[in-house]
Amino acid sequence: MIRNSAFDMAGKLASGEITSVQLTQAHLDQITAVDKDVHAFLHVDTQGALAQAAAVDAKRKSGEKLAPLAGVPLALKDVMTQKGIPTTCGSKILEGWRPPYDSTVVAHLKKNDIVILGKTNMDEFAMGSSTENSAYGPTHNPWDLTRIPGGSGGGSAASLAAFEAPLAIGTDTGGSIRQPAAVTGTVGVKPTYGGVSRYGLVAFSSSLDQAGPCARTVLDAALLHEAIAGHDPKDSTSINAPVPAVVAAAKAGNVKGMRIGVVKELNGDGYQKGVRTRFEESLELLAAAGAEIVEVSAPNFEYALAAYYLIAPSECSSNLARFDAMRYGLRVGDTDGASAESVMNLTREVGFGREVKRRIILGTYALSSGYYDAYYGSAQKVRTLITQDFNKAFEKADVLVSPTCPTTAFKIGEKANDPLAMYLNDIATIPVNMAGIGGMSLPSGLAEEDGLPVGFQIMSPVMKDDRMYSVGAALEAALLSKWGAPLLSNIPALAGSK
Amino acid sequence: MTSLSRDDVAKLAGLARIEMSDAELVALSNEFTVILDAVARVQEVAGEDVPATSHPLPLRNVFRPDEVIASLSPTDALSGAPAQEEQRFRVPQILGEE
Repeated sequence: MIRNSAFDMAGKLASGEITSVQLTQAHLDQITAVDKDVHAFLHVDTQGALAQAAAVDAKRKSGEKLAPLAGVPLALKDVMTQKGIPTTCGSKILEGWRPPYDSTVVAHLKKNDIVILGKTNMDEFAMGSSTENSAYGPTHNPWDLTRIPGGSGGGSAASLAAFEAPLAIGTDTGGSIRQPAAVTGTVGVKPTYGGVSRYGLVAFSSSLDQAGPCARTVLDAALLHEAIAGHDPKDSTSINAPVPAVVAAAKAGNVKGMRIGVVKELNGDGYQKGVRTRFEESLELLAAAGAEIVEVSAPNFEYALAAYYLIAPSECSSNLARFDAMRYGLRVGDTDGASAESVMNLTREVGFGREVKRRIILGTYALSSGYYDAYYGSAQKVRTLITQDFNKAFEKADVLVSPTCPTTAFKIGEKANDPLAMYLNDIATIPVNMAGIGGMSLPSGLAEEDGLPVGFQIMSPVMKDDRMYSVGAALEAALLSKWGAPLLSNIPALAGSK
Repeated sequence: MTSLSRDDVAKLAGLARIEMSDAELVALSNEFTVILDAVARVQEVAGEDVPATSHPLPLRNVFRPDEVIASLSPTDALSGAPAQEEQRFRVPQILGEE
């Protein structure tokens, strides 16, 4: 039951073959069985999930018309507030905090009767590419427990690959939905910036952060996308326009006559051989399905990583100033006569981990008087050039494609002491966030040299998110008929797995 | 090559309100030499004529009707407070003794 797609689960719920309580319990059992090894979850809300499931079952029994995913369980990244449920962002500074309000994404999930199982592990405040920066210990990749599940949303992606949940919510600032999807053999989508409300998403880099769906199939991601997207007056950067028809696009999966642009700069040297082989093979399948493959060039993408590691830390140094030990979260050193400033200094020393401190200091430097123009100012200009590169490329192509990541999942600990090597993971995903466009990663197979999943990235223009679902669904169908079974059917069984 | 000394990092940590041990300051100072070298590449490419982008969307201010809507109750607002007193956040001393 837990290995089905969310779409199939929804069908079985609608026909009465199973109840939401049974389905939710089956996932809770799987979490109990395997999460000691995977560590995808920071908090499991057993009672709340079963109560929500029972309520959906009662509504269904009474004949109420329900949303498409009603009764299907989901895992929520711990950066998203849910009223009364611990929200840590993977940080000690928020340990024990229970937000007094729901994020808009959670409000949408509840309105759609999607059952929230619990909160998933992540790099602290979403800063990282491996989930090793979580203050609560790393998540392990279900394909190989000695390897990273990607980051920052490694918990959400791992929960899907371990069949602990059929759907999950992620957030993507420089690739935190797409890179974990790539290295776990799952699907992850970063919608157009402003497509999904950021209200209640604890901010890391406000001009780059975007929440989106994580799933095991393209259609499941589309169904979740439609459930959480749409204009929100509580988010001033939310786009006031209809949600792109992503479900219809995923159902049709039609690429006939579409122009697919291969980004020359996001391939070649630095990309693992097996990653390149799977990418080329996917292009052939898309051509066979009727798409036209063209090459495009984006010469300024090579500066994207450098610009990102100025813009994101600059915004983070400002956003994380709110963790000041005054109104919520950790407070350290509040002894008689201690000043507010010393309490702040001590709390932030104890509450933040290494990478978060590194980025706050870097951002403080980049924004400081005398260095602002050379660093933050130049980075903002690079952002303009990257957007112009995308605009030109989208004149020649309807969507752009590349490998999602240069390599497959690396070993836990392998890059922990080399921040620059870690940052390189995001080299192909960052340009999308800089321009605010949409991006998807879906599995394109296993690399021959290590047998680990490889991701295929599709990028679509602002508010044309439906295009990446068309291409993703077409490629997924072609790969499925080639393989005969979904990629995840090759995953080694976890001890105790149902 | 740009580099930040231990004392430079200490000054930034002070501005960012983070207490740091000597070992942390030295480690960050070493890392920043490498990181700043890598990010300084942004200075190579964009000329004077390139406008800066601060945000992916053309933002404009919006207004909503001035209607009273529900907000957090004092109990909810204070629910995460490290310390509270008389329905207020209790905070450490902000001003000096004098």
